[in-house]
Amino acid sequence: MASHAITEVQHLEENYLQVKSRWRGIFAWIFSTDHKRIGILYLVSSLTFFVVAATIGIFMRLEQLTMGETLMSADVYNRLFTLHGVIMIFLLIIPGIPATFGNFFLPIQIGAKDVAFPRLNLLSWWLYIIGAVLAVTTLFLPGSLPDTGWTFYVPYSVRTGSNVALAVFAAFILGFSSILTGLNFLTTIHRLRAPGMSWHRMPLFVWALYATAWIQILATPMVGITLLLIIFERVLNIGIFDPTQGGDPILFQHLFWIYSHPAVYIMVLPGFGVVSEIIPTFARRTIFGYKLIAYSSLSIALFGSLVWGHHMFVSGESDIANIIFSFLTFFIAVPTAIKVFNWTATLYKGSIALEPPMLYVLSSIFLFAIGGFTGLMQATLPIDVHVHDTYFVVGHFHYTMFGGTIWVMLAGLLYWFPKMTGRMYNKKMAYLAWPFMFIGFNVLYGAMMYMGWKGMPRRYYDHLPEFHTDHVIATVGSWLLYIGILLLLGNLVVALYKGTRAPDNPWGGATLEWQTTSPPPLENFTEEPVVKHEPYHFRKEDNG
Amino acid sequence: MSHHSSNEVHPIGYGIFIFVWLGLVVLTGLTVVISGIHIPKLAVLVALLVAATKSSLVVNYFMHIKYEARIFKIILFMGIVTVTVFIGLTFFDVLYR
Amino acid sequence: MKSIHALTVAEHRDFEGARLGMWLFLITELILFTGMFLLYAMYRLKYAAAFHKASLELDVVIGTMNTLVLLTSSLTVALSIEALKRNSRKLSLWLLGATIFLALVFLVNKYFEWGAKIHHGIYPGSQELMQRNLGEVIYFNLYYAMTGLHGLHVLVGMGVLTWIFVLIARKSRKKYVVHNPHVEQLVGSEIAIVKGDKEGWRVDKIDDNVEQVEITITYEPKSGEVDLPNIIKLENAGLYWHLVDIIWIFLFPLFYLIS
Repeated sequence: MASHAITEVQHLEENYLQVKSRWRGIFAWIFSTDHKRIGILYLVSSLTFFVVAATIGIFMRLEQLTMGETLMSADVYNRLFTLHGVIMIFLLIIPGIPATFGNFFLPIQIGAKDVAFPRLNLLSWWLYIIGAVLAVTTLFLPGSLPDTGWTFYVPYSVRTGSNVALAVFAAFILGFSSILTGLNFLTTIHRLRAPGMSWHRMPLFVWALYATAWIQILATPMVGITLLLIIFERVLNIGIFDPTQGGDPILFQHLFWIYSHPAVYIMVLPGFGVVSEIIPTFARRTIFGYKLIAYSSLSIALFGSLVWGHHMFVSGESDIANIIFSFLTFFIAVPTAIKVFNWTATLYKGSIALEPPMLYVLSSIFLFAIGGFTGLMQATLPIDVHVHDTYFVVGHFHYTMFGGTIWVMLAGLLYWFPKMTGRMYNKKMAYLAWPFMFIGFNVLYGAMMYMGWKGMPRRYYDHLPEFHTDHVIATVGSWLLYIGILLLLGNLVVALYKGTRAPDNPWGGATLEWQTTSPPPLENFTEEPVVKHEPYHFRKEDNG
Repeated sequence: MSHHSSNEVHPIGYGIFIFVWLGLVVLTGLTVVISGIHIPKLAVLVALLVAATKSSLVVNYFMHIKYEARIFKIILFMGIVTVTVFIGLTFFDVLYR
Repeated sequence: MKSIHALTVAEHRDFEGARLGMWLFLITELILFTGMFLLYAMYRLKYAAAFHKASLELDVVIGTMNTLVLLTSSLTVALSIEALKRNSRKLSLWLLGATIFLALVFLVNKYFEWGAKIHHGIYPGSQELMQRNLGEVIYFNLYYAMTGLHGLHVLVGMGVLTWIFVLIARKSRKKYVVHNPHVEQLVGSEIAIVKGDKEGWRVDKIDDNVEQVEITITYEPKSGEVDLPNIIKLENAGLYWHLVDIIWIFLFPLFYLIS
């Protein structure tokens, strides 16, 4: 691990954005091994994909605004929802928080100069971009975009004429990128903590990333082999799941969900970590139940790996397996509830400042709770038989993944933006975007849940007359939500150029990243920090 | 850094590696011979047991996990538990379908 | 500006960290193969009789030979690391060479084994195979997928070992290039290279004619000094190689010895 082969120290106070390297312009970014620059690279690329996929979502909603084929054919609709899912899952939500804020703040929060393997870190980003480019390339090749949905279920994914092999290979590469990030973070946390940074002094965001990294290591290879087998089956005709060659398609679903269920915790655990950072800062008091929150991350990672079968209740899985998986699924609610209760307890008697990051975090907890409760409903076997493959499921996972992860990612962006860029955004605009997002969100996904409960099936480009009103309402909601997203992100882009200079600690945070300059210097601190107390230590003498 | 990097080199000894290799060769012979004997049901179990013994020799000595810090053992343990859980829980479906 | 600008040559090496990263990577490889072993277990449960019948067609002698070849290569690579740790570079290189040779023997064996099967018309999707019962079809599909994936790992391992062979043969040399783009700030000042605490040397003052400062330092271990950077590379490659061996330790009985 010869990481910092050469460190060039010129002006220790110079921030990482001003440091010049042998590369110029964009190359100073895409060839940089500085964890902060890599974090920004991920941030810019994943938010770009976010806007692209959200726009695709808007077009899908427009098709549903009217009955019958208006904007696009059924075939185009199939390809679009596949693309929407693949981009949102593999290019935004999975790398979203760990690879952006994790890269940027994990080393700073534990007082390290960089991650354990900086060059591997850069490789992760390159793999991410290569994966993204390959996925988009399918658009221009014969067969065009895949039309299987992001789950690539066999036997359809083996037989369809659309370009599944390349898309699957892209996802394989993205998985590899995710594995390398996890490997890097685990080694960093184990080996590079600053003096005094004991395990129980680590910020909760670091704990969340630690639990996430374990899932990335232990589960992601499973989807790697699954996707590889689709390629074997399509390209080399090695039938592994093909019933005509003795294969069993349900085993594909097992392998796929062995990864993809834990993967939802790869998506949401880092988000929980960000919430645990933002809440104490704006409640001005130490977090309630530090150890419980830290260990609940680990137990979510554990239980999350035991429940994949609940995606297959109606796939022909055995009844015994159904009952076991249903039973185990309820357990995940326990550590999740522990977190929510501890957050609430932290707020109690806190001196709460409803700054923009706090506003978004609090509303995210609300949205995620709805997602969580509807999740429990679907874990219940008889209810799942009724609602599976309906808009109820679509609504549920948007409440958890969008309401839980992406909302928190946006909150984290509002929280850390001044630290990362040294600029403060327009707070009024951030407040203004909120009602658009919050109302739009609930109208869109609330309507989806409602019509799903009534029986509207997912993945159809058209709908029956009895669902028409609901679809119109949902589409209007999507417009509000989209406007909110654009207002929020636009505000940040403007702030990059016109924002006022941000102080080192605009929110009065207590973790290490607030004790260095905004933006931080190349090696994060002018001298190596020595940690003397727990992370959320709000004492007057420390905050000045 | 909170941990001092142990960058010193610890030779273990040629002899022990050769000894372990001999053990591995003997076990390979054993598993081939046993497979010739017809023991229904148990055959797979025995074969897997021998394979597990062989790999534990490789892991402990060739991969010197025996001499590593505790975290290495934890990582390995997590890996083995994960393998068991993934395969074990899937059995509940396939076995009772 | 009369200040002295220091260019620090600080190298952070953490060998235990490097091994830790490697072990985590090995675990991901283990899980990758777990996916295949899981499929094997489930299909075997379903088609026990057919699996037994099909496995009769594999050659136990070649399988056993290959097992011994891989086990021996595992030994030679372990010994090679040991030799390098004791600073016997030549012995280490011979043993490493032997490992690479044994890997090649394994692949050649595999080539002939697959070749014979394909010659008899048994390969995925072949007419001959498709006429058999489903259990045998899936057995051979799994056989090709699993030994193929394993073979790919042998190939990669062989490549890595060869690369490290070259590194050791060339001795550990490392070139550091300090490239300084802030020349304008250095004008009029002295430049110093500091290594460690205060040791180092200085160069002349930099005047307006200097456009670029680039300093190259080459590191080479003294004779008699252990070649640390290469030891850790070889150790990690060795770990990977042992994993490849372990996978085969399980593949061998599951495919060859269940008749």
